[in-house]
Amino acid sequence: MEPLNSGRIPTAAGNVGCDSWRQFHRRRFLNGTATLAGGLLSQGMLTRLAERLALAAESKQVDKVSAKSLILLWMQGGPSQLETFDPHAGSMIGGETKAIGTSAAGLQIASSLPRTAEIMHQATLIRSMISREGDHERATYNMKTGWRPDPTLVHPSIGAVICHQSENNIEIPRHVSILSDQWPSRGGYMGSDLDAFKLGDPRNPLPNLKSYTDPKVFQNRVSDLHEVLEKEFRRGRIRDLDKTKTLHESSTSRATTMMASEQIKAFDIALEPSKIVSSFGDTPFGRGCLAAVRLIENGVRCVEVELSGWDSHVENHTLQSNRCAILDAALHALIEQLDERNLLEQTIVMCAGEFGRTPRINVAGGRDHWPTGFSTLLAGGLFRRGHVHGQTTHELLENGKDPLTGIQDAVRVEDLHATLLHAFGVDFTKELQTPIGRPLVLSQGKVVSTLLES
Amino acid sequence: MLSERLTLMRCHETQNMELVVKAMNPKPIPPVLSPPLLNSGDVPPLRMDATKQPSRWKKRALSIGVGVSLLTAIFWETSPRTQLSRSTESVSGVLDPTIQAVAQQIDAAIDSEIEKQHLVKAHPADWRTVARRISLAMIGNGLSLEELRVLGQIPEPQRLNWWTEYLLQDRRSADYLAERWTRATVGTNQGPFLIFRRRKYVDWLADQFEKGTPYDAIARQLLEAQGSWTDAPQVNFLTATMDDADNKKPDAIRLAGRTSRAFLAQRIDCLQCHQDYLGKVSFSENSIETGNEQAPVAEAPSSRMGEQADFHQLAAFFSGIRLENPFVGLRNSNQEYRVKYLNEETETAVVPSVPYRRDLLPETGDARHRLAVWVTHPENKAFARATVNRMWAVLFGKPLVEPIDSIPLSGPFPPGLERLAEDFAANGYHLKRLIRTIICTEVYHRDSRIDQESPNEEMEIDERYEQHWAIFPLTQLRPEQVAASIHQASRVKAIDENSSIISQLELFTGVNDFTKAYGDRGDDEFNQQSVTIPQRLLVMNGSFVSERIKHNPVLNAATRIAELTSDDRTAIETATLSVLNRLPSELELSVFGKRLGNSRGPTRSAEMSSIFWALMNSTEFQWNH
Repeated sequence: MEPLNSGRIPTAAGNVGCDSWRQFHRRRFLNGTATLAGGLLSQGMLTRLAERLALAAESKQVDKVSAKSLILLWMQGGPSQLETFDPHAGSMIGGETKAIGTSAAGLQIASSLPRTAEIMHQATLIRSMISREGDHERATYNMKTGWRPDPTLVHPSIGAVICHQSENNIEIPRHVSILSDQWPSRGGYMGSDLDAFKLGDPRNPLPNLKSYTDPKVFQNRVSDLHEVLEKEFRRGRIRDLDKTKTLHESSTSRATTMMASEQIKAFDIALEPSKIVSSFGDTPFGRGCLAAVRLIENGVRCVEVELSGWDSHVENHTLQSNRCAILDAALHALIEQLDERNLLEQTIVMCAGEFGRTPRINVAGGRDHWPTGFSTLLAGGLFRRGHVHGQTTHELLENGKDPLTGIQDAVRVEDLHATLLHAFGVDFTKELQTPIGRPLVLSQGKVVSTLLES
Repeated sequence: MLSERLTLMRCHETQNMELVVKAMNPKPIPPVLSPPLLNSGDVPPLRMDATKQPSRWKKRALSIGVGVSLLTAIFWETSPRTQLSRSTESVSGVLDPTIQAVAQQIDAAIDSEIEKQHLVKAHPADWRTVARRISLAMIGNGLSLEELRVLGQIPEPQRLNWWTEYLLQDRRSADYLAERWTRATVGTNQGPFLIFRRRKYVDWLADQFEKGTPYDAIARQLLEAQGSWTDAPQVNFLTATMDDADNKKPDAIRLAGRTSRAFLAQRIDCLQCHQDYLGKVSFSENSIETGNEQAPVAEAPSSRMGEQADFHQLAAFFSGIRLENPFVGLRNSNQEYRVKYLNEETETAVVPSVPYRRDLLPETGDARHRLAVWVTHPENKAFARATVNRMWAVLFGKPLVEPIDSIPLSGPFPPGLERLAEDFAANGYHLKRLIRTIICTEVYHRDSRIDQESPNEEMEIDERYEQHWAIFPLTQLRPEQVAASIHQASRVKAIDENSSIISQLELFTGVNDFTKAYGDRGDDEFNQQSVTIPQRLLVMNGSFVSERIKHNPVLNAATRIAELTSDDRTAIETATLSVLNRLPSELELSVFGKRLGNSRGPTRSAEMSSIFWALMNSTEFQWNH
């Protein structure tokens, strides 16, 4: 069993962070030039170029099975498997949806995803996801953490676990959540420093990243804060107050580092050619996916991009088709760009929602919540290419009949998480000491080895 | 005498400001010009739909409305106040001797443990620091300059008791306490649409707290609630657990978990699925008094490990609740509770029962009434312990027993818990008495640091000092506390129910927006957390702070202090009092003095804005200490 912080390697940025406000330089702030590069390197902070070289070197050294980054395309509300990746066209449960062939032999998906059909040879599709949570909030927690809600403990989301288990050597947050509304990924018991850094439409500048004062004034303010107020406050208190308890000063330092960092440009999609920008679709979600590529390219470990509006209790077909149009362009462009930039081998893309929707269409033309037999798409890393796992029935189950009937090769949510962590080279059976004194493994599931390349 | 002192406050705001300044500077302050009114350029443009241009009279009406509103706000900020709050005349700083006696016993128990651990206890903190703690816990923000001024005139022995009483009579404390209690009893989820009215529930709780309804009566009303969630707001305790997908009945499982945790501090949720193979839950049928809080209370043969049935028997009390229709609301029925236990092939009908002290459970009557009687029975000590632990956490930012909702029935208990629980139960479960008692302890008045000028200067202070209450624990402020404290610090006057509606609205919407951006901790509000980068960026660069410290001679304290103070020292003292509720150190006076440099006009205002920024961004401001 390990103490909670043992997985975190003392980080370059962390070390720098303690004093990084000192490196806040007016010229650097204004012009973005790396005037302090020598000093930063000597203290372990890397320039963007050095960072990328280090990442490249790291990628060669690390075992091929280990992915480094995760892009979670989060479909909030519960996308219908029948209108996306598991159409049963022409059957009693199929509704109005048609099926089309894809680039993966023998695989058909909904006709509302024509561009996605072109990249299915790159993906693994699970059609047999099952969980025991039918409420949005609880199911979201379940899918993002791999655990059912527990009143005694908040579990970390998959992105937080990956960050916790990897080295931190960048100047920007390693865990980012774009467009998330109600339930963004959290650090849980691993600490709020692993909460996802939230941002909205990447078309807009990052919030609160620019000081509203003159750089010289800002520098004086930060100096007074550290040299006067924090210094006075530390006196007579617990040793290593900031490191062991508050993280207040180090967070201030990391925030000022981020404000002055060149890496912040990773958030700026305007730096991409317009052709690439438009290929993702002129939507916040599309721009979020493009930002995700840029962030991963710059060493960010997990980016969550949310597309909400899938909760189609009424007019299911219309609502789902509308969402699919947004997802389709973005997902296609995302896989394409990751592939073109040689990032797909080290990046896992997961496209999932908290549950699927009922085979039965209700009186309002909608489909309700269905946690037994929904779809999740995975691509990149060691996940198989052009592979389909599991199957659901095209029959309309009678009321009272076990909904698991007709599901072949069911994958439990915890098994999906165990497989993901395994693909990241994380020993998920390792126990961590949680704040409530309960030792806990990172995942309670089992690896579904048939999802991975042998 | 007190009313005379308060009469001093009944003066024009400029005079009021002078009084605040005078409190720190005996030199007379020259009269100050009234702040200029906002000119038309300061009025924000209205957003209007270009496709629907309002008629001229509508435009005028809108302009007049906005103008009147702004003038009201300005008038409020610059007008005389008749009193600090409506109930000051009845506030007494004299404490019930029986409360003092209990507090002394608690201090003795805690101090004994500190000695045993060979720790040195901190000296008493500055009165303003303690007043800030009380204010943060009871109304969610620090003190205003105006309040500090009034408190400074109360004789020191009575000052903090007076402040406690003053806040206990203030509706703000009932409202804020109700918000905190709502988290414990219904969680932070939005709950099911339409059938859960969080606001009504909070207001109902606040009404009970304000009236002084005994807490056992409140708990019984929650557990036995029936009817509509709008007419009987306590029903929301039940409807909060209802699932959108099955909205005909509250979730008995969730209710069992909440009841055991919120009212009894028993975490038995794990028993929902299996027996207690982890050895985390034990029940003792008979409480054995040992007279020693730290020794296990019950090592009796009747002590046993938890079983799956314990949880489901508790849940069975809630199985009979049904939603008749939206007008009738929830009603009791004879619905049976059935469960398929682990490794069983078939479902079993479960009879309602309790996991320990079954002798206290009435044999007959309505199921939930029986449960409510058992939960609040004076001999069911877990009820008083759970409440004491939560109130201690609200006041200190950290519970006596962690996690807050897990206190072993058989102990051992930390020093002070049993005595407080006993007093709470013996005196009718009155929350206000409990608050007074905890605040009255020396432990509550203790500094959060060890004076380094003491003979033990070289000693290292570690986590044990907080663990054993040798120092006051350092805890991160909740998001709404940070927001409300920033807002209050940026205003000279206290923002309370006597404030203008615009001021209150500004506080309400500002706090809500800030809290959303800052990130709420949800149900885990007492889990110790650290500050995050987005939180720091929000306070450093966000508009919530910048709007409140920028040059604004009508509203913002930073500008007014810069303009109204006669010298740099007074300005710095007023600023630190306003934001940190304490006087500045010599280092602060020196550094900030150089920044101000006896400047005047816009330069001075800008420098003061920077000082406010630094103060508001400090660990000291954003943590309770």
